[in-house]
Amino acid sequence: MFLINCPFCGERDQSEFSSGGEAHIVRPKQPTELSDDEWAEYLFMRKNIKGIQFERWNHVHGCRKWFNVVRDTSNDKILSVYKMGEKPPVNYK
Amino acid sequence: MPNYRIHKTEYIDETKRVSFKYDGKTYFGYEGDTLASALLANGIHLVGRSFKYHRPRGIVSCGAEEPNAICQIGSKKDLTEPNVRATELELYEGLEASSQNCWPNVKFDIGGINNLISPLIPAGFYYKTFMWPKSFWKKVYEPLIRLSAGLGKSPTEPDPDIYDHKYVHYDVLVIGGGVSGIIAAKMAAKNNFKTLLVDDKKILGGSTIYQNNESIKIDDKLSSEWLKNEIQEIKKLSNLTIKTRTSIAAYHGYNFLLAKENLTDHLPEEKKKNKIRQRLWKIRAKKVVIATGSIERPLVFNNNDRPGILLSNSINKYLDYYGVTCGENIILFTNNDSAYETSISLHKKGIKNIIIDLRKSASSELIKQAESLGIKIYLNHVVTNTFGYRKINSLEIMKLSEDGNTTIGDKIKLSCDCLGMSGGWTPMVHMHTQSGGKLDFRDEDQVFLPKENSEDQISVGSCNGDFDLENIIDKTVNKINKFLDIDNQDYQDTNIICSKENDKRNIWLLPNKIPLGKTKCFVDFQNDSTAKDIKLALKEGFRSIEHVKRYTTTGMATDQGKLSNMHALGIIADTAGVKMGTLGTTTFRPPFTPLTFGTLVGRNVGKFFEVVRKTSMHEWHVKNNAEFENVGQWKRPWYYPKNRENMHDAVQRESKAARDSAGILDASTLGKIDIQGSDASEFLNRVYTNAWSKLAIGKCRYGLMLNEDGMVYDDGVTTRISENHYLMTTTTGGAANVLSKLEDYLQTEWPELDVYLTSVTDHYSTASICGPNSKKILNKLFPNLDLSDENFPHMSFKEDKLENINCRIMRISFTGEQSYEINIESKYGHSLWKMCIEAGKEFNLTPYGTETMHLLRAEKGFIIVGQDTDGTMTPSDLQMDWIVSKKKFDFIGKRSLYRSDTVREDRKQLVGLLTDDPKEILEEGAQIVLDVKSKPIDMLGHVTSSYFSPNLNKSIALAVVRSGKTMKGQKLIIPMENKNINVTVSDTIFLDKENKRLNA
Repeated sequence: MFLINCPFCGERDQSEFSSGGEAHIVRPKQPTELSDDEWAEYLFMRKNIKGIQFERWNHVHGCRKWFNVVRDTSNDKILSVYKMGEKPPVNYK
Repeated sequence: MPNYRIHKTEYIDETKRVSFKYDGKTYFGYEGDTLASALLANGIHLVGRSFKYHRPRGIVSCGAEEPNAICQIGSKKDLTEPNVRATELELYEGLEASSQNCWPNVKFDIGGINNLISPLIPAGFYYKTFMWPKSFWKKVYEPLIRLSAGLGKSPTEPDPDIYDHKYVHYDVLVIGGGVSGIIAAKMAAKNNFKTLLVDDKKILGGSTIYQNNESIKIDDKLSSEWLKNEIQEIKKLSNLTIKTRTSIAAYHGYNFLLAKENLTDHLPEEKKKNKIRQRLWKIRAKKVVIATGSIERPLVFNNNDRPGILLSNSINKYLDYYGVTCGENIILFTNNDSAYETSISLHKKGIKNIIIDLRKSASSELIKQAESLGIKIYLNHVVTNTFGYRKINSLEIMKLSEDGNTTIGDKIKLSCDCLGMSGGWTPMVHMHTQSGGKLDFRDEDQVFLPKENSEDQISVGSCNGDFDLENIIDKTVNKINKFLDIDNQDYQDTNIICSKENDKRNIWLLPNKIPLGKTKCFVDFQNDSTAKDIKLALKEGFRSIEHVKRYTTTGMATDQGKLSNMHALGIIADTAGVKMGTLGTTTFRPPFTPLTFGTLVGRNVGKFFEVVRKTSMHEWHVKNNAEFENVGQWKRPWYYPKNRENMHDAVQRESKAARDSAGILDASTLGKIDIQGSDASEFLNRVYTNAWSKLAIGKCRYGLMLNEDGMVYDDGVTTRISENHYLMTTTTGGAANVLSKLEDYLQTEWPELDVYLTSVTDHYSTASICGPNSKKILNKLFPNLDLSDENFPHMSFKEDKLENINCRIMRISFTGEQSYEINIESKYGHSLWKMCIEAGKEFNLTPYGTETMHLLRAEKGFIIVGQDTDGTMTPSDLQMDWIVSKKKFDFIGKRSLYRSDTVREDRKQLVGLLTDDPKEILEEGAQIVLDVKSKPIDMLGHVTSSYFSPNLNKSIALAVVRSGKTMKGQKLIIPMENKNINVTVSDTIFLDKENKRLNA
């Protein structure tokens, strides 16, 4: 059971949050100009990394804010937490 | 019968005699006994039959690792409990226990025949045997297997006991109250760490607490005396909490641990009443010290499972802690020094014993002590067989060859009434590995030890592979100082004297002259798997320990292989000729020992099982005999039976009344989201398929929301209350998810939009009145409101007051009738409802539930998201192309609507179905085919909604059918179990296609 440091509320139990999958997948600005394959790439394709992963979490039973998390999926350690719109920390690339 | 209770100990209160029943017979023990020690004191070893071969089995251990002595407690239908370990169950007055897995009784068990036919039941027997014929599986094999499967009997009535959960936070959690745990807890607590010490036993002290060997001393005292002092001291520490009878069940990530505390299991029946039985502790600890100790290993030799064969150290504990001897003529069979401690203890109490030692030589202090006492020791010998059916009475030993692979010389037969075995010690690394820690293998004594940690934790004491007392104390002190970053000097000058083990020899499967196939060398006592089974698995090609485990079921019983896993690994390694350390282990999964369901569930039973949401009108519905339907967490009136009507009759009456005069529905549960901000219109444009910019203030519009994959996600009516203010309604079940999804887009994709979302579902109650007389009823409630079609047309909104309370009234319709939804602040919801009912009396205003609502909308062909859709339906599949804007640049899911898959013409599409026999009502979910003769039958689709319409006086249904759009008039067949139903594809709208009734 993770302890997640919500950037707005502080450290809370995992049960207050819901996971939103991979982060930094930007919705195409002009979907109509994309081919089926390009659209499918946005729609369906997600990484499943063993190691450092950037992901979205929502403090759904708290402030309802979405934010980003850097997590090492091999040991579940959360390495960094940052707000939506902020640049991902470079040292984990 | 001889008395096996041979001396007094401080842990047994001989002034308090306790009577208990075992297999129907009454016995006596003392307060402080476990069921196992009390049985042994009465000379009872035989306590059960093995799972597969039904061999007689006796008590093996004195703790959580016990594989055999598991019993059924009590006989009441609600309180009986199976698989309780007699070695852990504290004795109490009136305890009733019985042996398991035997019939008619433990001494004569019919299933014992399995032992005779055991050559016919090898590993994988079930997989190999019950393969064919296929038709036998359901009617012959499965019932037979089920009959013989399982240990013990589950209670058949609800558990009346009370259970509890508790959340706690500590700086340091210490697991295990043996010598290393006590030192760790003391050091932590004295250095200002808020500390919790848990131990599964009744008292602290582990195995040191009954230690009485003169060659093991601390500060010139017996180690047990020294430890008692330490325990007295730590009890005084103010920031140390000590919880005994508490075992850690699971170690999860982020140092989150679950512990089970036993509160009343040791109390007599009358004292248990109205008390919490067990409490689940949910512990968050900044740091965790694991001091869980180690358990003794059995040895694997022929017939090593007879009653009277125990672990050597358990014999010691029964003797020195409980004052019970396990026999009068005991043989100890060992490969290490610890059995010598047992031997010396037995000798001191005047109990005859000899030692069989695998090792060629042994030379420690303990061994010298045993020798000087004149205890007979057979070095370099091995037990090759044992005898005695219900209890061991003799055994055979032979000399070992130089390499230990064979036996040599003559058999020596020795008589005995008890055999103690010690195959070394296995560190309890369960907690370490559950936390994500890795293991190392130490070849010298063949143990897995904690290596890397992924959590902030440390292992100390014998669970870390430190076995002698000096090593344990020195290392624990050093490690804890480092771990907690402190400089504690308490143990600086502690003087420890102990025997040091010098000689080691480990043989996983002991050699024998008899071919392996004819031996019974048990590895897993509870699941009856033998060395032969493991070798067979390897022969048949299994290599991974995880596969061998599952094929032979080794380590898969309720004891989770605490005594067997290491031997299984060892035998695999030896057979396959690989190093044991390279094999890895099977996964250590929680819980460490079985948990009751009650502990896991805690107080969340009965009406606390799930959150229930009720509308403000709920009380009225109850008073008016509503039957309720669960929709998400909501209780919604399903129908209101009158005069013992059944559901069908009630729904027919309600549906007819709604169309003929007036009906009223509690629509409070619909999700309501308040949307405000200067970009609210643009936001709606992006989330709905249709256009919103031009919706006039005071008007309502139906919207369809898609997922990004183009599939219908939710629908509902949204009202423009003012320029920058909308009220969106969602489906009852989808409300929370819709809000979450909208927030997601708003916060992550479109943060530039000035829009604010607030859930107001619970803030407003809604009464929906429909039918040709609805306008008249509204007029009575709101006499000043101009209800003319010109002023207040369909799909528009007005505000008015009901006795000074603001109401929002939407003229929208989910039934096809003229219809008004009155929204009022929730606290007035009940009053509003009653006023509506009162006003509607003269018009036969009929309350209707969800079933009638579904019927009425189906007559109009309105979809229900989640009933007529299933996450694979596009708007076009639903024949709702009209609601998808062609002009809008983008909206959620737009691009997906012309992916190659979504434009296929043979997708499943929504159609209406009419049965040829208008009285025939289809079953929802029924499959639809064109032709029943072709094989395999081509499934075209299924029925999604089906009703008998009282207004049309015929059966109607909605269905999804492949290429359904082009099928109007097509005859199709719905094959049912006993008949085929003929249907014709129709339009989805069955009633009032011209929408005349909306303005009637």
